[in-house]
Amino acid sequence: MPGILTVLEQRDGVVKRVSHEALAVARSLADELGCEVHALVIGPPGTDVDGLGQYGADKVLTSFDDELKLYQASRYGQIAAEQAMSGDYTAVILGATSLGKDLGPRIAARLGCPLTSDVTSVSGSDGVVVTRPVFAGRALYKLKITTTPSVITVRPNAFTPVSVANAGALEEVSAGEGVTASVARTVEVKAPENATLDVAEASIVVAGGRGLKEAEHFKLVEDLARALGGAVGASRAVVDAGWRPHSEQVGQTGKTVSPNLYIALGISGAIQHLAGMRTAKVIVAINKDADAPIFKVADYGIVGDLFEVVPPLTEAIIKAREG
Amino acid sequence: MKIAVCIKRVPDTETRIKIGADGKSIDESGVKFVPNPFDEYAVEEALKLKEQTNGEVVAVCLGPDASQETLRTALAMGADRGILLKVESLPQDPLVVARALAAELEQGGYDLVLFGKLAVDDYDQAVGSMVGELLGLPSVSAVTRLEITDGHATAQREVEGGVEVVEFTLPAIVTAEKGLNEPRYPALRGIMLAKKKPLDIKDLELDEGGIEVLELTLPPDRKAGRIIGEGAAAVPALVDALRNEAKVL
Ligand SMILES: Cc1cc2nc3c(=O)[nH]c(=O)nc-3n(C[C@H](O)[C@H](O)[C@H](O)COP(=O)(O)OP(=O)(O)OC[C@H]3O[C@@H](n4cnc5c(N)ncnc54)[C@H](O)[C@@H]3O)c2cc1C
Ligand SMILES: Nc1ncnc2c1ncn2[C@@H]1O[C@H](COP(=O)(O)O)[C@@H](O)[C@H]1O
Repeated sequence: MPGILTVLEQRDGVVKRVSHEALAVARSLADELGCEVHALVIGPPGTDVDGLGQYGADKVLTSFDDELKLYQASRYGQIAAEQAMSGDYTAVILGATSLGKDLGPRIAARLGCPLTSDVTSVSGSDGVVVTRPVFAGRALYKLKITTTPSVITVRPNAFTPVSVANAGALEEVSAGEGVTASVARTVEVKAPENATLDVAEASIVVAGGRGLKEAEHFKLVEDLARALGGAVGASRAVVDAGWRPHSEQVGQTGKTVSPNLYIALGISGAIQHLAGMRTAKVIVAINKDADAPIFKVADYGIVGDLFEVVPPLTEAIIKAREG
Repeated sequence: MKIAVCIKRVPDTETRIKIGADGKSIDESGVKFVPNPFDEYAVEEALKLKEQTNGEVVAVCLGPDASQETLRTALAMGADRGILLKVESLPQDPLVVARALAAELEQGGYDLVLFGKLAVDDYDQAVGSMVGELLGLPSVSAVTRLEITDGHATAQREVEGGVEVVEFTLPAIVTAEKGLNEPRYPALRGIMLAKKKPLDIKDLELDEGGIEVLELTLPPDRKAGRIIGEGAAAVPALVDALRNEAKVL
């Protein structure tokens, strides 16, 4: 019987939310096709796999080994591809994170099958059909996948996790061979100096641009982000100026984000910036120029000096969240 | 070191996208094409490595005849020669592209093959990693730092919440992320020299692979938003709207 394979992503032994989203996509596809969802968890022994049934998995396959704590591209690829080949899977689904965007193509190459990346909708009613943004979000492809299997990576925050009453029976699968430098070996993951929420994973993003005038003024952005429980983002102009790290850059040459709320402070809204955030559910812009292009995509705007608007906004948010 | 760089011809990122008459592709009339911005980081890295170790930099492009211009840009930056794998049009399936490039690269005996992280037209971020698997070579994607000594390499890649450090041996595949370097502009002398550098053209026929384009559309316009007000006085109304209308607080 055919099925859908979902390759889940863990960090420090905890399965990420984006994988719950991928499971939701797999579940709805499997329901349309009348087949099962298998969740493959690659990671260190002790990775928490409780409750994956409720997120939509009929079966949870674990491939655990100490060496798999960090992302080992070649070995992860081998494990996932072997599993994908051992079953009659219609599709292999992953979250389009930095891991998923590296692993997905490897699985597809090993299977000799097509890949569609960063998709924002999937349907199985007439073969597998996906929608995906291209040209920096300025156009959308609707694509039909004409062979099976295929690999699909799904854009973070574009799908909502489901809750179903599945048991999600556990089964161990092979953990593949050891990793050497001749296949590339990840030796460490350096944490950033101040461990913060990543802009690509956050459901609320507060981003700052050149309107902040100086690196020090980003405290305003940080304070508002903290009040909202969100992450800090940046335009390329401020990254190039060295005010913020590249890891925070939103846009065509930065990260693509689809948070529930995106607040742009002193960002003009250049086309390459919009490429990275136009699919946010709610966009707020604060800019002193009423003609700034950012207002064309913003749901709510305040025309004004951010130095006057942001401090009372942060205060009001703190109050609103307390009350 | 013998280094290959794969570069793609793409529409300039400022281009206004118009949908073609077939409803499945863009209308290319009036569109300015440029080398894919991420591939410029790849070319720059190749040139820097060549400056350190000597050797040769070969630029490889799969695309229509007009991609000669794309390759000439790489030659003007300093690449030694170009190879155009000439096709009528490019398929949507990245594996078909990867297979065609892998077949060419396999014959070259390269120590290192550099790619861009992503092509800004199809947004696949796939071809480099696929070629790595197809050729059975170590590959590291979206690299912001690369160090190579005596055939051993260390690369860094930014991931959510950190920087991965990856060790590998050559021959290998690396895809370039913004931040790896600052691409040089071709100097006038480079542009003159580029005209005389060898550019091999090989005709190729590709199948469509496993992806059929049903349609290409413009994204729905965002619902017109509204200006809540001016200055700090608008803050209460904004918080109210976020809380009660948008329900995001
Ligand atoms: C190939 C390519 C790739 C690119 N990739 C990216 C990318 O990934 N991400 C990205 O962001 N950009 C990218 N860019 C750059 C992009 O074109 C813009 O230059 C950049 O986004 C501008 O950043 P900004 O909005 O911070 O600055 P500006 O355009 O200078 O805008 C500053 C804004 O702040 C407002 N302002 C000033 N003072 C105040 C104040 N006191 N209060 C309120 N508002 C104020 C101004 O009215 C203005 O609208 C790319 C460009 C190219 C060519
Ligand atoms: N047609 C092509 N010709 C040469 N290189 C390509 C081509 N398509 C993709 N590439 C390379 O693969 C990278 C990733 O492309 P993509 O997977 O399409 O996003 C690009 O940055 C190029 O380095």
